Amino acid sequence: MLFVVLFVNFAGTAFAADVPVPDKGDTAWMIVATLLVALMTIPGLALFYGGLVRTKNMLSVLMQVFTVFSLCMVLWVVYGYSLAFTEGNAFFGGFSKILLSGVTVDSVAATFSKGVVIPEFVYIFFQATFAAITPALILGAFAERMKFSAVLAFITLWFTFAYLPMAHMVWFWAGPDAYTDADAATKAGAIAGFLFQKGAIDFAGGTVVHINAAIAGLIGAFMVGKRVGYGRESMAPHSLTMTMIGASLLWVGWFGFNAGSNLEATGLAALAFGNTMTATAAAALSWMFTEWVLKGKPSMLGAASGAVAGLVAITPACGWVGIGGALVIGLAAGVVCLWGVNGLKRLLGADDALDVFGVHGVGGILGALLTGIFANPDLGGVGVYDYVANQVADYSTSAQMISQLWGVGTTVIWSGLVSIIAYKLVDMVIGLRVSEDEEREGLDTTSHGESAYKY
Amino acid sequence: MQGIRSREQPMKFVTAIIKPYKLNEVREALTSIGVQGVTVTEVKGFGRQKGHTEIYRGAEYVIEFLPKIKIEAAIPSDLLEQVVAAIKKAAQTGQIGDGKIFVFDLEQVMRIRTGETGSDAI
Repeated sequence: MLFVVLFVNFAGTAFAADVPVPDKGDTAWMIVATLLVALMTIPGLALFYGGLVRTKNMLSVLMQVFTVFSLCMVLWVVYGYSLAFTEGNAFFGGFSKILLSGVTVDSVAATFSKGVVIPEFVYIFFQATFAAITPALILGAFAERMKFSAVLAFITLWFTFAYLPMAHMVWFWAGPDAYTDADAATKAGAIAGFLFQKGAIDFAGGTVVHINAAIAGLIGAFMVGKRVGYGRESMAPHSLTMTMIGASLLWVGWFGFNAGSNLEATGLAALAFGNTMTATAAAALSWMFTEWVLKGKPSMLGAASGAVAGLVAITPACGWVGIGGALVIGLAAGVVCLWGVNGLKRLLGADDALDVFGVHGVGGILGALLTGIFANPDLGGVGVYDYVANQVADYSTSAQMISQLWGVGTTVIWSGLVSIIAYKLVDMVIGLRVSEDEEREGLDTTSHGESAYKY
Repeated sequence: MQGIRSREQPMKFVTAIIKPYKLNEVREALTSIGVQGVTVTEVKGFGRQKGHTEIYRGAEYVIEFLPKIKIEAAIPSDLLEQVVAAIKKAAQTGQIGDGKIFVFDLEQVMRIRTGETGSDAI
Protein backbone atom coordinates (compact mmCIF):
# COMPACT_ATOMS: atom_id res chain seq x y z
CA MET A 1 0.00 0.00 0.00
CA LEU A 2 1.50 3.26 -1.11
CA PHE A 3 1.51 5.93 1.52
CA VAL A 4 0.97 9.45 0.47
CA VAL A 5 4.10 11.56 0.22
CA LEU A 6 2.51 14.90 0.41
CA PHE A 7 4.73 17.06 -1.78
CA VAL A 8 3.37 15.61 -5.02
CA ASN A 9 0.12 16.43 -6.79
CA PHE A 10 -2.23 13.44 -6.78
CA ALA A 11 -5.24 15.03 -8.45
CA GLY A 12 -6.89 12.67 -10.95
CA THR A 13 -5.35 9.39 -9.70
CA ALA A 14 -7.01 6.46 -7.97
CA PHE A 15 -5.65 7.70 -4.67
CA ALA A 16 -7.28 11.14 -4.90
CA ALA A 17 -9.78 10.14 -2.24
CA ASP A 18 -6.89 9.49 0.20
CA VAL A 19 -5.37 12.93 -0.24
CA PRO A 20 -6.15 15.25 2.66
CA VAL A 21 -7.73 18.56 1.72
CA PRO A 22 -6.54 21.86 3.18
CA ASP A 23 -8.60 23.46 5.94
CA LYS A 24 -9.73 26.98 5.06
CA GLY A 25 -8.74 28.32 8.47
CA ASP A 26 -5.20 26.99 8.16
CA THR A 27 -4.94 28.30 4.62
CA ALA A 28 -6.23 31.76 5.52
CA TRP A 29 -3.88 32.00 8.49
CA MET A 30 -0.87 30.96 6.43
CA ILE A 31 -1.62 33.50 3.73
CA VAL A 32 -1.76 36.17 6.42
CA ALA A 33 1.43 34.88 8.02
CA THR A 34 3.15 35.17 4.65
CA LEU A 35 2.02 38.77 4.35
CA LEU A 36 3.33 39.54 7.82
CA VAL A 37 6.76 38.16 7.01
CA ALA A 38 6.86 40.13 3.76
CA LEU A 39 6.08 43.26 5.77
CA MET A 40 9.07 42.47 8.00
CA THR A 41 11.40 43.09 5.09
CA ILE A 42 9.49 45.75 3.19
CA PRO A 43 9.48 48.12 4.91
CA GLY A 44 10.35 46.78 8.40
CA LEU A 45 13.98 45.83 7.94
CA ALA A 46 14.51 48.56 5.35
CA LEU A 47 13.51 51.29 7.81
CA PHE A 48 15.19 49.66 10.80
CA TYR A 49 18.50 49.60 8.94
CA GLY A 50 17.88 52.82 7.03
CA GLY A 51 17.45 54.95 10.13
CA LEU A 52 20.76 53.69 11.49
CA VAL A 53 22.92 55.00 8.63
CA ARG A 54 23.82 58.57 7.73
CA THR A 55 21.48 60.66 5.56
CA LYS A 56 23.76 60.36 2.55
CA ASN A 57 23.29 56.56 2.53
CA MET A 58 19.61 56.21 3.44
CA LEU A 59 18.42 55.36 -0.07
CA SER A 60 21.23 52.88 -0.63
CA VAL A 61 20.02 50.84 2.33
CA LEU A 62 16.37 51.05 1.28
CA MET A 63 17.37 50.14 -2.27
CA GLN A 64 19.53 47.17 -1.29
CA VAL A 65 16.84 45.69 0.96
CA PHE A 66 14.04 46.28 -1.56
CA THR A 67 16.03 44.87 -4.45
CA VAL A 68 17.38 41.86 -2.56
CA PHE A 69 13.80 41.01 -1.58
CA SER A 70 12.72 41.17 -5.21
CA LEU A 71 15.75 39.27 -6.46
CA CYS A 72 15.35 36.42 -3.99
CA MET A 73 11.64 36.11 -4.78
CA VAL A 74 12.43 35.55 -8.44
CA LEU A 75 15.26 33.14 -7.73
CA TRP A 76 12.99 31.26 -5.31
CA VAL A 77 10.29 30.54 -7.87
CA VAL A 78 12.84 29.71 -10.56
CA TYR A 79 15.02 27.28 -8.61
CA GLY A 80 15.11 28.12 -4.92
CA TYR A 81 12.04 26.20 -3.81
CA SER A 82 13.04 23.16 -5.81
CA LEU A 83 16.58 23.02 -4.42
CA ALA A 84 15.38 23.56 -0.85
CA PHE A 85 12.21 21.55 -0.58
CA THR A 86 12.31 18.57 -2.90
CA GLU A 87 14.02 15.26 -2.40
CA GLY A 88 17.69 15.16 -3.39
CA ASN A 89 20.48 14.40 -0.97
CA ALA A 90 20.99 15.46 2.63
CA PHE A 91 22.24 18.91 1.59
CA PHE A 92 20.38 19.93 -1.54
CA GLY A 93 17.03 19.11 -3.06
CA GLY A 94 16.55 18.34 -6.72
CA PHE A 95 15.36 20.05 -9.86
CA SER A 96 11.91 18.46 -10.03
CA LYS A 97 10.15 21.73 -9.24
CA ILE A 98 12.12 24.24 -11.25
CA LEU A 99 9.76 27.11 -12.05
CA LEU A 100 7.35 25.33 -9.68
CA SER A 101 6.69 22.76 -12.37
CA GLY A 102 3.96 20.34 -11.42
CA VAL A 103 2.58 22.48 -8.63
CA THR A 104 -1.10 23.27 -9.13
CA VAL A 105 -3.87 24.83 -7.06
CA ASP A 106 -4.68 21.33 -5.79
CA SER A 107 -1.15 20.52 -4.68
CA VAL A 108 -0.67 20.22 -0.95
CA ALA A 109 2.18 20.43 1.50
CA ALA A 110 2.53 18.66 4.83
CA THR A 111 2.28 20.32 8.20
CA PHE A 112 3.47 18.88 11.53
CA SER A 113 0.19 17.06 12.12
CA LYS A 114 -0.76 13.79 10.49
CA GLY A 115 -3.51 14.20 7.94
CA VAL A 116 -3.31 18.01 7.94
CA VAL A 117 -2.16 19.86 4.85
CA ILE A 118 -2.02 23.34 3.38
CA PRO A 119 -1.99 24.31 -0.29
CA GLU A 120 1.51 23.91 -1.62
CA PHE A 121 1.42 27.40 -3.16
CA VAL A 122 0.93 28.87 0.29
CA TYR A 123 3.86 26.88 1.65
CA ILE A 124 6.03 27.91 -1.29
CA PHE A 125 5.45 31.61 -0.79
CA PHE A 126 5.57 31.47 2.98
CA GLN A 127 9.02 29.95 2.67
CA ALA A 128 9.86 32.47 -0.06
CA THR A 129 9.56 35.35 2.39
CA PHE A 130 12.10 33.61 4.65
CA ALA A 131 14.43 33.11 1.71
CA ALA A 132 14.16 36.82 0.95
CA ILE A 133 14.63 38.28 4.41
CA THR A 134 17.65 36.17 5.30
CA PRO A 135 19.97 37.65 2.66
CA ALA A 136 18.57 41.10 3.41
CA LEU A 137 19.80 40.79 6.99
CA ILE A 138 23.38 40.53 5.77
CA LEU A 139 23.22 43.98 4.15
CA GLY A 140 23.54 45.74 7.49
CA ALA A 141 27.05 44.47 8.11
CA PHE A 142 28.66 46.12 5.10
CA ALA A 143 26.34 49.12 4.86
CA GLU A 144 27.60 52.47 3.53
CA ARG A 145 30.52 51.19 1.43
CA MET A 146 29.68 48.25 -0.84
CA LYS A 147 29.16 48.42 -4.59
CA PHE A 148 25.54 47.82 -5.56
CA SER A 149 26.49 45.39 -8.33
CA ALA A 150 28.68 43.48 -5.87
CA VAL A 151 25.77 43.29 -3.44
CA LEU A 152 23.53 41.70 -6.06
CA ALA A 153 26.20 39.28 -7.21
CA PHE A 154 27.18 38.21 -3.70
CA ILE A 155 23.57 37.77 -2.58
CA THR A 156 22.78 35.58 -5.59
CA LEU A 157 25.73 33.30 -4.82
CA TRP A 158 25.06 33.16 -1.09
CA PHE A 159 21.33 32.57 -1.53
CA THR A 160 22.08 29.62 -3.81
CA PHE A 161 24.93 27.98 -1.89
CA ALA A 162 24.26 28.92 1.73
CA TYR A 163 20.56 29.68 2.22
CA LEU A 164 19.05 26.90 0.10
CA PRO A 165 21.14 24.06 1.56
CA MET A 166 20.62 25.31 5.13
CA ALA A 167 16.85 25.40 4.61
CA HIS A 168 17.04 21.91 3.12
CA MET A 169 19.23 20.53 5.89
CA VAL A 170 17.09 21.81 8.74
CA TRP A 171 13.54 21.78 7.39
CA PHE A 172 13.19 19.23 4.60
CA TRP A 173 11.53 15.97 5.59
CA ALA A 174 8.95 13.54 4.24
CA GLY A 175 6.15 14.87 6.38
CA PRO A 176 4.45 13.26 9.39
CA ASP A 177 2.22 10.97 7.32
CA ALA A 178 5.30 9.04 6.20
CA TYR A 179 6.00 7.93 9.76
CA THR A 180 3.52 5.05 9.98
CA ASP A 181 5.75 2.46 11.65
CA ALA A 182 9.38 2.03 12.62
CA ASP A 183 10.47 0.77 9.17
CA ALA A 184 8.65 3.56 7.35
CA ALA A 185 10.15 6.04 9.79
CA THR A 186 13.65 4.83 9.04
CA LYS A 187 13.04 5.13 5.30
CA ALA A 188 11.49 8.56 5.70
CA GLY A 189 14.26 9.74 7.97
CA ALA A 190 16.87 8.80 5.40
CA ILE A 191 15.58 11.31 2.85
CA ALA A 192 15.38 14.19 5.31
CA GLY A 193 17.88 17.03 5.44
CA PHE A 194 21.23 16.52 7.16
CA LEU A 195 20.45 18.50 10.30
CA PHE A 196 16.89 17.17 10.51
CA GLN A 197 18.46 13.72 10.64
CA LYS A 198 20.79 14.92 13.39
CA GLY A 199 17.72 15.80 15.44
CA ALA A 200 18.36 19.54 15.53
CA ILE A 201 15.18 21.46 16.38
CA ASP A 202 14.73 24.97 14.98
CA PHE A 203 11.14 26.08 14.74
CA ALA A 204 11.35 29.23 12.66
CA GLY A 205 14.98 29.55 11.63
CA GLY A 206 17.47 30.51 14.34
CA THR A 207 20.12 28.64 12.38
CA VAL A 208 18.77 28.84 8.83
CA VAL A 209 18.08 32.57 9.01
CA HIS A 210 19.91 34.28 11.84
CA ILE A 211 23.22 32.49 12.42
CA ASN A 212 23.46 31.90 8.68
CA ALA A 213 23.09 35.59 7.80
CA ALA A 214 25.16 36.76 10.75
CA ILE A 215 28.21 34.75 9.75
CA ALA A 216 27.95 36.06 6.21
CA GLY A 217 27.65 39.57 7.61
CA LEU A 218 30.63 39.29 9.91
CA ILE A 219 32.84 37.87 7.20
CA GLY A 220 31.64 40.58 4.85
CA ALA A 221 32.48 43.28 7.38
CA PHE A 222 36.00 41.87 7.57
CA MET A 223 36.49 41.40 3.85
CA VAL A 224 34.91 44.65 2.68
CA GLY A 225 36.82 46.57 5.32
CA LYS A 226 36.04 49.37 7.72
CA ARG A 227 34.23 52.52 6.62
CA VAL A 228 36.42 55.53 5.90
CA GLY A 229 36.73 57.53 9.09
CA TYR A 230 35.51 54.68 11.32
CA GLY A 231 36.48 55.35 14.90
CA ARG A 232 37.29 59.01 14.22
CA GLU A 233 34.27 60.56 12.55
CA SER A 234 30.65 60.55 13.54
CA MET A 235 28.63 57.72 12.04
CA ALA A 236 25.65 58.32 14.26
CA PRO A 237 22.21 57.17 13.08
CA HIS A 238 20.36 59.85 11.16
CA SER A 239 16.84 58.84 12.20
CA LEU A 240 16.10 56.66 15.18
CA THR A 241 12.48 57.53 14.48
CA MET A 242 12.70 55.41 11.32
CA THR A 243 14.58 52.72 13.22
CA MET A 244 11.82 52.50 15.81
CA ILE A 245 9.18 52.26 13.09
CA GLY A 246 11.21 49.49 11.49
CA ALA A 247 11.69 47.66 14.79
CA SER A 248 7.96 47.81 15.46
CA LEU A 249 7.12 46.43 12.03
CA LEU A 250 9.67 43.67 12.63
CA TRP A 251 8.10 42.80 15.99
CA VAL A 252 4.56 42.65 14.64
CA GLY A 253 5.58 40.91 11.43
CA TRP A 254 7.57 38.35 13.38
CA PHE A 255 4.34 36.80 14.63
CA GLY A 256 3.88 35.66 11.06
CA PHE A 257 7.46 34.41 11.02
CA ASN A 258 7.23 32.44 14.27
CA ALA A 259 3.59 31.47 14.67
CA GLY A 260 3.32 30.92 10.93
CA SER A 261 6.11 28.36 11.13
CA ASN A 262 3.56 26.06 12.75
CA LEU A 263 1.98 25.81 9.27
CA GLU A 264 -1.51 25.49 10.76
CA ALA A 265 -3.77 27.48 13.06
CA THR A 266 -3.63 25.51 16.28
CA GLY A 267 -2.80 25.90 19.94
CA LEU A 268 0.87 25.44 19.09
CA ALA A 269 0.72 28.46 16.77
CA ALA A 270 -0.78 30.37 19.67
CA LEU A 271 2.03 29.21 21.95
CA ALA A 272 4.60 30.29 19.38
CA PHE A 273 2.79 33.64 19.25
CA GLY A 274 2.85 33.96 23.03
CA ASN A 275 6.51 32.94 23.31
CA THR A 276 7.37 35.55 20.71
CA MET A 277 5.51 38.30 22.55
CA THR A 278 6.98 37.33 25.93
CA ALA A 279 10.61 36.90 24.92
CA THR A 280 10.68 40.11 22.90
CA ALA A 281 9.21 42.27 25.62
CA ALA A 282 11.53 40.72 28.20
CA ALA A 283 14.57 41.30 26.00
CA ALA A 284 13.67 44.93 25.29
CA LEU A 285 13.50 45.53 29.02
CA SER A 286 16.62 43.59 29.97
CA TRP A 287 18.74 45.39 27.34
CA MET A 288 17.29 48.72 28.39
CA PHE A 289 17.81 48.21 32.12
CA THR A 290 21.32 46.83 31.68
CA GLU A 291 22.24 49.78 29.50
CA TRP A 292 20.71 52.15 32.05
CA VAL A 293 22.91 50.71 34.78
CA LEU A 294 26.10 50.41 32.77
CA LYS A 295 25.96 53.55 30.63
CA GLY A 296 23.78 55.91 32.62
CA LYS A 297 20.81 56.39 30.31
CA PRO A 298 18.21 54.01 28.80
CA SER A 299 18.11 54.61 25.03
CA MET A 300 15.48 54.18 22.33
CA LEU A 301 18.00 52.33 20.20
CA GLY A 302 18.72 50.07 23.15
CA ALA A 303 15.06 49.20 23.67
CA ALA A 304 14.56 48.58 19.93
CA SER A 305 17.75 46.51 19.68
CA GLY A 306 16.80 44.52 22.75
CA ALA A 307 13.45 43.71 21.21
CA VAL A 308 15.11 42.49 18.01
CA ALA A 309 17.57 40.43 20.04
CA GLY A 310 14.67 38.77 21.83
CA LEU A 311 12.93 38.10 18.54
CA VAL A 312 16.06 36.48 17.16
CA ALA A 313 16.65 34.30 20.21
CA ILE A 314 13.06 33.06 20.43
CA THR A 315 12.94 32.24 16.72
CA PRO A 316 14.29 28.68 16.99
CA ALA A 317 12.57 28.16 20.35
CA CYS A 318 9.07 29.54 19.82
CA GLY A 319 7.30 26.26 19.03
CA TRP A 320 9.32 24.19 21.45
CA VAL A 321 9.50 26.01 24.79
CA GLY A 322 6.95 27.16 27.36
CA ILE A 323 6.27 30.74 28.43
CA GLY A 324 8.69 30.40 31.33
CA GLY A 325 11.41 29.32 28.93
CA ALA A 326 10.54 32.24 26.64
CA LEU A 327 10.90 34.65 29.55
CA VAL A 328 14.36 33.31 30.38
CA ILE A 329 15.42 33.33 26.74
CA GLY A 330 14.26 36.91 26.31
CA LEU A 331 15.89 38.23 29.47
CA ALA A 332 19.12 36.49 28.55
CA ALA A 333 19.09 37.68 24.94
CA GLY A 334 18.80 41.33 25.93
CA VAL A 335 21.86 41.16 28.16
CA VAL A 336 24.01 38.84 26.05
CA CYS A 337 23.36 40.71 22.81
CA LEU A 338 24.12 44.02 24.53
CA TRP A 339 27.53 42.47 25.17
CA GLY A 340 27.53 41.27 21.58
CA VAL A 341 27.36 44.82 20.20
CA ASN A 342 29.80 46.23 22.74
CA GLY A 343 32.50 44.00 24.24
CA LEU A 344 32.35 41.26 21.64
CA LYS A 345 32.25 43.77 18.79
CA ARG A 346 35.42 45.43 20.10
CA LEU A 347 37.05 42.02 20.48
CA LEU A 348 36.23 40.99 16.92
CA GLY A 349 37.47 44.29 15.56
CA ALA A 350 35.36 44.39 12.40
CA ASP A 351 33.20 47.31 11.30
CA ASP A 352 29.91 45.38 11.39
CA ALA A 353 28.09 48.62 10.70
CA LEU A 354 24.59 47.71 11.85
CA ASP A 355 25.54 44.96 14.33
CA VAL A 356 24.29 42.02 12.31
CA PHE A 357 26.54 39.56 14.12
CA GLY A 358 26.11 41.10 17.56
CA VAL A 359 22.34 40.72 17.39
CA HIS A 360 21.55 37.93 14.89
CA GLY A 361 24.68 35.84 15.41
CA VAL A 362 24.88 36.03 19.19
CA GLY A 363 21.11 35.92 19.58
CA GLY A 364 20.71 33.07 17.13
CA ILE A 365 23.38 30.93 18.80
CA LEU A 366 21.99 31.67 22.26
CA GLY A 367 18.45 30.84 21.15
CA ALA A 368 19.43 27.66 19.36
CA LEU A 369 21.24 26.37 22.43
CA LEU A 370 18.60 27.43 24.96
CA THR A 371 15.99 25.71 22.79
CA GLY A 372 17.70 22.43 23.63
CA ILE A 373 17.35 23.20 27.33
CA PHE A 374 13.83 24.58 27.49
CA ALA A 375 12.12 22.25 25.00
CA ASN A 376 12.21 19.77 27.86
CA PRO A 377 8.69 19.07 29.15
CA ASP A 378 10.09 19.18 32.69
CA LEU A 379 10.91 22.84 32.05
CA GLY A 380 7.59 23.68 30.42
CA GLY A 381 8.54 22.75 26.89
CA VAL A 382 6.44 20.73 24.44
CA GLY A 383 9.02 17.97 24.04
CA VAL A 384 9.84 16.17 20.80
CA TYR A 385 6.98 14.22 19.20
CA ASP A 386 7.39 10.58 18.20
CA TYR A 387 5.34 10.17 15.00
CA VAL A 388 5.52 6.37 15.16
CA ALA A 389 4.36 6.02 18.77
CA ASN A 390 2.11 9.09 18.23
CA GLN A 391 3.10 10.65 21.54
CA VAL A 392 5.75 12.92 23.01
CA ALA A 393 9.03 11.05 23.44
CA ASP A 394 11.19 10.96 26.57
CA TYR A 395 13.41 14.00 26.61
CA SER A 396 17.17 13.81 26.85
CA THR A 397 18.73 17.24 27.31
CA SER A 398 22.24 16.01 26.64
CA ALA A 399 21.23 14.28 23.42
CA GLN A 400 19.25 17.30 22.28
CA MET A 401 22.10 19.67 23.09
CA ILE A 402 24.40 17.60 20.90
CA SER A 403 21.86 17.91 18.10
CA GLN A 404 21.65 21.66 18.66
CA LEU A 405 25.42 21.94 18.55
CA TRP A 406 25.39 20.08 15.24
CA GLY A 407 22.98 22.72 13.99
CA VAL A 408 24.98 25.69 15.21
CA GLY A 409 28.33 24.28 14.17
CA THR A 410 27.22 23.24 10.71
CA THR A 411 25.68 26.64 10.06
CA VAL A 412 28.78 28.51 11.17
CA ILE A 413 31.13 26.41 9.07
CA TRP A 414 28.94 26.12 5.98
CA SER A 415 27.93 29.77 5.88
CA GLY A 416 31.48 30.81 6.69
CA LEU A 417 33.05 28.86 3.85
CA VAL A 418 30.44 29.85 1.27
CA SER A 419 30.70 33.50 2.30
CA ILE A 420 34.47 33.65 2.11
CA ILE A 421 34.47 32.11 -1.36
CA ALA A 422 31.58 34.23 -2.61
CA TYR A 423 33.04 37.54 -1.39
CA LYS A 424 36.40 36.64 -2.83
CA LEU A 425 34.93 35.71 -6.21
CA VAL A 426 32.86 38.88 -6.40
CA ASP A 427 35.83 40.98 -5.35
CA MET A 428 37.97 39.48 -8.10
CA VAL A 429 35.39 39.99 -10.84
CA ILE A 430 33.58 43.18 -9.82
CA GLY A 431 35.28 44.63 -6.76
CA LEU A 432 33.46 44.84 -3.46
CA ARG A 433 33.88 48.45 -2.47
CA VAL A 434 33.10 51.85 -3.91
CA SER A 435 35.94 54.37 -4.21
CA GLU A 436 36.84 56.52 -1.24
CA ASP A 437 35.46 59.63 -2.93
CA GLU A 438 32.16 57.91 -3.60
CA GLU A 439 32.03 56.69 -0.03
CA ARG A 440 32.66 60.20 1.27
CA GLU A 441 30.00 61.75 -0.91
CA GLY A 442 27.53 59.03 -0.08
CA LEU A 443 26.09 56.06 -1.94
CA ASP A 444 22.71 57.69 -2.63
CA THR A 445 24.06 60.19 -5.12
CA THR A 446 27.04 58.23 -6.42
CA SER A 447 25.42 54.78 -6.79
CA HIS A 448 21.80 55.69 -7.30
CA GLY A 449 21.71 59.27 -8.57
CA GLU A 450 19.24 60.36 -5.92
CA SER A 451 19.20 62.03 -2.55
CA ALA A 452 16.82 61.10 0.19
CA TYR A 453 16.31 64.46 1.82
CA LYS A 454 15.94 67.94 0.42
CA TYR A 455 16.58 70.67 2.93
CA MET B 1 19.07 107.97 -6.51
CA GLN B 2 22.62 107.55 -5.28
CA GLY B 3 24.99 104.91 -6.71
CA ILE B 4 26.63 102.06 -4.87
CA ARG B 5 29.83 104.04 -4.33
CA SER B 6 28.28 107.24 -2.91
CA ARG B 7 29.10 108.31 0.63
CA GLU B 8 26.20 107.67 3.02
CA GLN B 9 25.16 108.34 6.60
CA PRO B 10 27.17 105.86 8.70
CA MET B 11 25.55 102.45 9.18
CA LYS B 12 26.39 99.44 11.30
CA PHE B 13 25.92 95.68 10.75
CA VAL B 14 25.10 93.81 13.94
CA THR B 15 25.51 90.02 14.23
CA ALA B 16 24.33 88.26 17.37
CA ILE B 17 24.76 84.57 18.30
CA ILE B 18 22.02 83.63 20.74
CA LYS B 19 20.35 80.59 22.30
CA PRO B 20 17.71 79.26 19.87
CA TYR B 21 14.76 79.61 22.22
CA LYS B 22 15.55 83.32 22.68
CA LEU B 23 14.84 84.18 19.06
CA ASN B 24 11.27 85.36 19.53
CA GLU B 25 12.14 87.59 22.47
CA VAL B 26 15.07 89.18 20.62
CA ARG B 27 13.02 89.72 17.46
CA GLU B 28 10.24 91.44 19.40
CA ALA B 29 12.75 93.62 21.22
CA LEU B 30 14.32 94.72 17.93
CA THR B 31 11.08 95.52 16.13
CA SER B 32 9.87 97.53 19.12
CA ILE B 33 12.83 99.92 18.76
CA GLY B 34 12.42 100.33 15.01
CA VAL B 35 14.63 97.70 13.41
CA GLN B 36 12.71 96.83 10.25
CA GLY B 37 14.31 93.59 9.04
CA VAL B 38 16.58 90.83 10.26
CA THR B 39 18.14 87.67 8.81
CA VAL B 40 18.20 84.50 10.88
CA THR B 41 20.43 81.46 10.37
CA GLU B 42 20.66 78.18 12.27
CA VAL B 43 24.30 77.66 13.26
CA LYS B 44 26.43 75.45 15.47
CA GLY B 45 29.18 76.58 17.72
CA PHE B 46 31.00 76.22 20.96
CA GLY B 47 32.61 78.55 23.44
CA ARG B 48 32.75 77.97 27.14
CA GLN B 49 29.49 75.98 27.17
CA LYS B 50 30.23 72.24 27.20
CA GLY B 51 28.50 69.85 24.78
CA HIS B 52 27.01 66.45 25.60
CA THR B 53 27.62 62.74 24.94
CA GLU B 54 25.45 60.54 22.74
CA ILE B 55 25.60 56.74 22.85
CA TYR B 56 24.38 54.49 19.99
CA ARG B 57 24.88 50.84 20.97
CA GLY B 58 28.64 50.44 21.13
CA ALA B 59 29.55 53.84 19.75
CA GLU B 60 29.99 56.88 21.98
CA TYR B 61 30.12 60.40 20.51
CA VAL B 62 31.06 63.62 22.32
CA ILE B 63 29.03 66.39 20.67
CA GLU B 64 31.02 69.61 21.13
CA PHE B 65 28.96 71.84 18.87
CA LEU B 66 25.75 73.27 20.23
CA PRO B 67 22.90 74.61 18.14
CA LYS B 68 22.62 78.40 18.16
CA ILE B 69 20.78 81.08 16.20
CA LYS B 70 22.61 83.85 14.35
CA ILE B 71 20.56 87.01 13.91
CA GLU B 72 21.83 89.79 11.65
CA ALA B 73 20.59 93.31 11.01
CA ALA B 74 21.76 96.45 9.19
CA ILE B 75 21.01 99.51 11.31
CA PRO B 76 21.60 103.24 11.26
CA SER B 77 24.62 104.12 13.45
CA ASP B 78 22.59 106.26 15.82
CA LEU B 79 20.50 103.19 16.77
CA LEU B 80 23.54 101.09 17.79
CA GLU B 81 23.44 101.53 21.60
CA GLN B 82 19.70 100.81 21.72
CA VAL B 83 20.01 97.74 19.49
CA VAL B 84 22.87 96.24 21.47
CA ALA B 85 21.10 96.91 24.77
CA ALA B 86 17.86 95.39 23.44
CA ILE B 87 19.55 92.22 22.23
CA LYS B 88 21.54 91.83 25.44
CA LYS B 89 18.44 92.24 27.64
CA ALA B 90 16.29 89.86 25.59
CA ALA B 91 18.92 87.15 25.03
CA GLN B 92 20.50 87.02 28.45
CA THR B 93 19.85 84.16 30.89
CA GLY B 94 22.92 84.47 33.08
CA GLN B 95 24.05 80.92 32.15
CA ILE B 96 27.16 80.09 30.14
CA GLY B 97 26.22 79.91 26.41
CA ASP B 98 24.15 83.13 26.19
CA GLY B 99 26.16 84.14 23.15
CA LYS B 100 27.90 87.20 21.72
CA ILE B 101 27.12 90.38 19.77
CA PHE B 102 29.45 91.50 16.97
CA VAL B 103 29.39 95.02 15.51
CA PHE B 104 30.75 95.83 12.06
CA ASP B 105 30.93 99.04 10.07
CA LEU B 106 28.55 98.68 7.13
CA GLU B 107 29.97 100.36 4.03
CA GLN B 108 26.92 100.26 1.77
CA VAL B 109 23.58 98.55 1.33
CA MET B 110 21.06 98.50 -1.55
CA ARG B 111 17.41 97.49 -1.71
CA ILE B 112 17.20 95.24 -4.72
CA ARG B 113 13.63 96.05 -5.77
CA THR B 114 14.01 99.80 -5.97
CA GLY B 115 17.77 100.45 -6.12
CA GLU B 116 17.64 102.63 -2.98
CA THR B 117 20.93 102.83 -1.11
CA GLY B 118 22.11 103.88 2.32
CA SER B 119 19.69 104.64 5.14
CA ASP B 120 16.81 104.60 2.63
CA ALA B 121 17.49 100.93 2.20
CA ILE B 122 17.46 99.86 5.90
